[in-house]
Amino acid sequence: MLNDLMTIAGKSYRSRLLVGTGKYKDLEETRLAIEASGAEIVTVAVRRTNIGQNPGEPNLLDVITPDRYTILPNTAGCYTAEDAVRTCRLARELLDGHKLVKLEVLGDQKTLYPDMEETLKAMKTLVADGFDVMVYCNDDPIAAQKLEDMGACAIMPLGSLIGSGLGILNPHNIRIIMESAKIPVLVDAGVGTASDAAIAMEMGCEAVLMNTAIAAARDPILMASAMKKAIEAGREAYLAGRMPRKKYASASSPLDGLID
Amino acid sequence: MHISLNGESYQLAEGSSIEQLLTQLEFTGKRVAVEVNQEIVPRSQHSQTLLNEGDQVEVVQAIGGG
Repeated sequence: MLNDLMTIAGKSYRSRLLVGTGKYKDLEETRLAIEASGAEIVTVAVRRTNIGQNPGEPNLLDVITPDRYTILPNTAGCYTAEDAVRTCRLARELLDGHKLVKLEVLGDQKTLYPDMEETLKAMKTLVADGFDVMVYCNDDPIAAQKLEDMGACAIMPLGSLIGSGLGILNPHNIRIIMESAKIPVLVDAGVGTASDAAIAMEMGCEAVLMNTAIAAARDPILMASAMKKAIEAGREAYLAGRMPRKKYASASSPLDGLID
Repeated sequence: MHISLNGESYQLAEGSSIEQLLTQLEFTGKRVAVEVNQEIVPRSQHSQTLLNEGDQVEVVQAIGGG
């Protein structure tokens, strides 16, 4: 497995688990969970600073440092292309010219389902502006193809709704997306537990991005470690190639030499 | 003078620069990005960019998110 690297926007990574930093109890739990996950790409959100409150408070990027991790700023909470583009530009300034972003433009608060019309619009502007865009999208193969054609550096269809923990509800569509994609396809959102992550990797997904499955576990640090193993196990199983499914039994022990 | 800072009204000495605003907010050395009237002002220009009455200023940072 030594040389099994994943490449996104020209940079290679050993870990195929990308993690978010939301919903943790505190920064220390965030730090420990991310360390246990082995992730090298970590998502963050961009928000207004609190004015006049706890000026000495440690910043997330003091704990999850850009020299150790590839920081992936997201556009979570954006419902229009305009807001998403604005957020990406602020993130670029915040991270000293960093070009890699996670684009997500949401449709409504109940489902947090991607608004593909706005996503495609934002994609066009961001690519023209020189960003490397990893894009959260629905599991529609046509939309995924359009995003690839527009210059996305990774396509990230949802397994199921953000934060739902329902797993991968439409593996068939994700397979179709992977069949034609020439860029990495990652499952983003929906993973509930380790087996969901393994299933995504066994299917041949390049990587998995998750947040709530780790942060909302009873023991987030232990779950982070479980996810790391699930991703590795799923990847190895994919590379190893599973046995064919058969309708009837096939004995594992030889039939010769049975005692009478 | 008054500016709008992250959506709230904020009082600031006439002719203050962005750098002075950030110092006043105790954000010196912190990783923040600044937008004035929806235009990003790069860090290298904070000291020479002066704020005006009514400017809409946004100061953002990275926080936990998926």
